[in-house]
Amino acid sequence: MNMEPTTQAIRPEAAASAPAPANCVIEARNLDLTFQTNDGPVHALKDVSLEINKGDFVSFIGPSGCGKTTFLRCIAALETPTGGSLSVNGMTPDEARRNRAYGYVFQAAGLYPWRTIAKNIKLPLEIMGYSKAEQEKRVNQVLELVELSGFGGKFPWQLSGGMQQRASIARALAFDADILLMDEPFGALDEIVRDHLNEQLLKLWARTNKTIGFVTHSIPEAVYLSTKIVVMSPRPGRIHDVIDSTLPKERPLDIRDSPEFIEIAHRVREGLRAGHGDD
Amino acid sequence: MKSLVAVLTVLAAIIAFWYAACVPMNIKGVLDQVERAGVEVTPATAKERRDRGEIGLVAQNTFAIGDTWVQERPRLPAPHQVAVELWETTVEKKITSKRSLIYHAQVTLSATLLGFAIGTGLGILLAVGIVHSRVMDMSVMPWAIVSQTIPIIALAPMIIVVLYSIGVQGIIPKAVISAYLSFFPVVVGMVKGLRAPDAMQLDLLKTYNANTNQGFWKLRLPSSMPYLFASLKIGIAASLVGAIVGELPTGAVAGLGARLLAGSYYGQTVQIWSALFAAAILAAALVALLGLIEKVVLNRMGVRA
Repeated sequence: MNMEPTTQAIRPEAAASAPAPANCVIEARNLDLTFQTNDGPVHALKDVSLEINKGDFVSFIGPSGCGKTTFLRCIAALETPTGGSLSVNGMTPDEARRNRAYGYVFQAAGLYPWRTIAKNIKLPLEIMGYSKAEQEKRVNQVLELVELSGFGGKFPWQLSGGMQQRASIARALAFDADILLMDEPFGALDEIVRDHLNEQLLKLWARTNKTIGFVTHSIPEAVYLSTKIVVMSPRPGRIHDVIDSTLPKERPLDIRDSPEFIEIAHRVREGLRAGHGDD
Repeated sequence: MKSLVAVLTVLAAIIAFWYAACVPMNIKGVLDQVERAGVEVTPATAKERRDRGEIGLVAQNTFAIGDTWVQERPRLPAPHQVAVELWETTVEKKITSKRSLIYHAQVTLSATLLGFAIGTGLGILLAVGIVHSRVMDMSVMPWAIVSQTIPIIALAPMIIVVLYSIGVQGIIPKAVISAYLSFFPVVVGMVKGLRAPDAMQLDLLKTYNANTNQGFWKLRLPSSMPYLFASLKIGIAASLVGAIVGELPTGAVAGLGARLLAGSYYGQTVQIWSALFAAAILAAALVALLGLIEKVVLNRMGVRA
């Protein structure tokens, strides 16, 4: 397994030289990423520029192949852009990764089946060298945060899919990263569970004040959760529209029936349709 | 209950087949014997019987069928003869006796376990190297595969001669042959097991900025456990075969292999078969023991029962 830092094509100076607002945590400028595949080059990201401010809840929405996950992975330094500049907390993504600037939640919970829920949440803490007492404290804290108190001693298979995904969110929250990157975390769950988790996630966001990047292909989910919705379109993956939500921070589930919500959802849908127009 | 009936039916069929096979296998020997004792048989002389088919002889001399199961040195001993020999050489002999199968099994077992330990250790080390180094993957794996294409019966005498010439004898050469056979399944299983974590699992560790060491102990090694146990079960059986084969070319005086060899020198087929069964029972016990350890370990790892 190669965990050495990969060579970075982006220079932090380039990002730093541009004037950015003081509270901007993630900044992408003219980001490009081309994958070399056996079928020739694939243009995954083209000319993506975006600023994410501290405390933002940003959703990335678009059809498959639009590069939303790839962009998230670039922020996490799991992919290396081939052009443009990207800075996370004023550093290159790879420096930010090594500074443990973000927690990442994958589409699947990916809990270790041989560890209990508590031990799973301890995994990053063990790797980062937290003391035993601190580990205990944090596990209890985040279990409470995702409403899983009392389930620490259970093994993953004893929990439902939704509970497993909450445990994986708890794992990403356990250490002090102020950015939370989530790649379709609720994609595999049914609608009722998803609604509940969306509500919980908003509360959690309000309590922790984290900056959240959230990939989804559900329009209601994106509108309900976000302060900023990034609509992307495919081939090549690019940003089609950025919508700043006018919804209040306090959002009960029935806000989804309000005219304001429907209007934003409509604009997202229009954006997605227009983005699809060229194929 | 239903499955018990099925199992017993299969067992009964095997034993019935075995008894049936004893009749044509042993008929010529029986007829020679009774002819010498003055009983009239058809055809009358051994010379005439030599080229006759066994089934025909049985049909012509049905009176001799019973005797085919109680010969002293049959070509194929009957099941009860093997069972009696097993009983006499395990339960009724003192363990220290040279004729006790327990004594011989214990000699072979110690070489098996030593070889298994060496083979497993070597196999795990090679697998760790192969998974972490592309160079090792390309340079070691082909040789590991080639090593298993050489018949062990051809290689065993050479290993023993080479080791003897540098002054190594006794249990070690047998253990080396054992290890030679058992390292391979462990390498293959462990490489597969250590590579079992998917890309997402590896990405997750990367987001924690975990190093290779942490990745190994926290993810790769625990993921490989089910694969390791599957390999160990194959490995221990191979180890036992290796130890027995290692006893054959040395003219060893102790061990199940020696017992097989002595039996074939003196035409003691009952002894050969009981040694074979002792080896099979030993192998089954070792595999069962590993299965038990596997169950305990995987249970403690929280695997669903």
